[in-house]
Amino acid sequence: MRLLAFSGRTAKEILRDPLSLGFGLGFPLVLIFLLSAIQANIPVSLFEIQSLTPGITVFGLSFMTLFSATLIAKDRESALLQRLYTTPLTARDFIFGYTLPILPIAAAQSVVCYIAGIALGLPVTVTIVYAVLFIIPVSLFFIALGLLCGSLLGVKQVGGICGALLTNLTAWLSGVWFDLDLVGGIFKKIANVLPFVHAVELERAVLGGNYVAIFPHLYWVLGYAIAAIALAVYFFLRQMRRQ
Amino acid sequence: MNAIETKKLTKRYKDLTAVDGLDLAINEGELFALLGVNGAGKTTTIKMLSCLTKPTSGDAYLNGNSILTDTANVKKCIGVSPQETAVAPNLTVKENLELMCGIHGFSKEKKERKTAELSEQFDLGQILNKRAAKLSGGWQRRLSIAMALIGEPNILFLDEPTLGLDVLARHDLWEIIRILKDKITIILTTHYMEEAENLSDRIGIMKDGHLLALGTAEELKATAKTEKFEDAFVAIINEGSEVVI
Repeated sequence: MRLLAFSGRTAKEILRDPLSLGFGLGFPLVLIFLLSAIQANIPVSLFEIQSLTPGITVFGLSFMTLFSATLIAKDRESALLQRLYTTPLTARDFIFGYTLPILPIAAAQSVVCYIAGIALGLPVTVTIVYAVLFIIPVSLFFIALGLLCGSLLGVKQVGGICGALLTNLTAWLSGVWFDLDLVGGIFKKIANVLPFVHAVELERAVLGGNYVAIFPHLYWVLGYAIAAIALAVYFFLRQMRRQ
Repeated sequence: MNAIETKKLTKRYKDLTAVDGLDLAINEGELFALLGVNGAGKTTTIKMLSCLTKPTSGDAYLNGNSILTDTANVKKCIGVSPQETAVAPNLTVKENLELMCGIHGFSKEKKERKTAELSEQFDLGQILNKRAAKLSGGWQRRLSIAMALIGEPNILFLDEPTLGLDVLARHDLWEIIRILKDKITIILTTHYMEEAENLSDRIGIMKDGHLLALGTAEELKATAKTEKFEDAFVAIINEGSEVVI
């Protein structure tokens, strides 16, 4: 009951923010259509719809970090969290209440991206459903990262770090915009030890029905998701105690 | 019976002692104002009493429940309206009230009854469907206090409730606080001398973590030998020695 009330509030705060909707849903859609238009004129295998849609879907999830971190940072700065810490809500209610409602939003965003992909020629197969399901561990990573950043940073810092830095890192180091082999060297090595490229390759493998190829990408994603959740819970509880 | 009793309540942050051995008893139904210049220890005291911050030493009892060992029961009997406007901005006024009902685990019937009751008490009817972010500062403070009262607390903490409000909004809020008086115990921190003088049953003046003076506004004026309460406050703060009446 308590968790439900708090979760409902989290969802309403995010869905009623026009910037959230604009960036979370609108921006990935614009990118899919724009890059597909480029592909139609100058064919690049990277921008073929089977390859592009999973990439943009993962890129869109970086906005979940921004939503989650901004909400928590705002709640800290406005003292709403301080008020709620004096109520019977428990630490578990706060952590689940901030993370769980964003999961269906992330899934809905992925569904919208795949619908756009279908409109642009992505073949309708059951693997699209699996691809949406495999978005869950990727989403957990991005949402937990939001909880972590929201617990550590102020609203302005969240805007800079999650809004600008993370979205750019996700874009550059995921192999969505350009083939990482083209850059190679240290850049590729760094990209390969971060989760973004693995999340994209995981989605591409699932969408392509190439289930053997989901490994080791799934391990990378799960490992980062678990680490992000553990760090997020630790730092959220720490700021809670510091109140 | 005492609603609040503190025993040598102390909070230290590294080299700074924010509250130093505070001994205080506040009666049930009393409106108690805590005054002091910035950094006196007022907000830290409220944070400790509302279980937001653990004391370094000492203890406090709220309705007989220890803030160290009975935090769940303490949280059940308190309501807090923090210094900043602590409302959910994208939720309507009604949804903010319902959120607090949900957090306190109220049934659907109780939620509806409580929302209607507080909307009427705080005259929120006309703005019930307006988003909190769109409200003026005065209305946000009203909503903030209404939210603090949802859990039917016996003890209400109001941390600088009229800070930054214009004269009319401040007087409106004073009326609300007067209505609440006697029904529940209220701890009020403020920088406005006339607010403390007009509303409080007793006033405590803090400086550097110590309680310097304690008494009614009249008693404090008599002790400081001043006609105005503000002058009494300044005299007591400048004197710096304890004047507990």
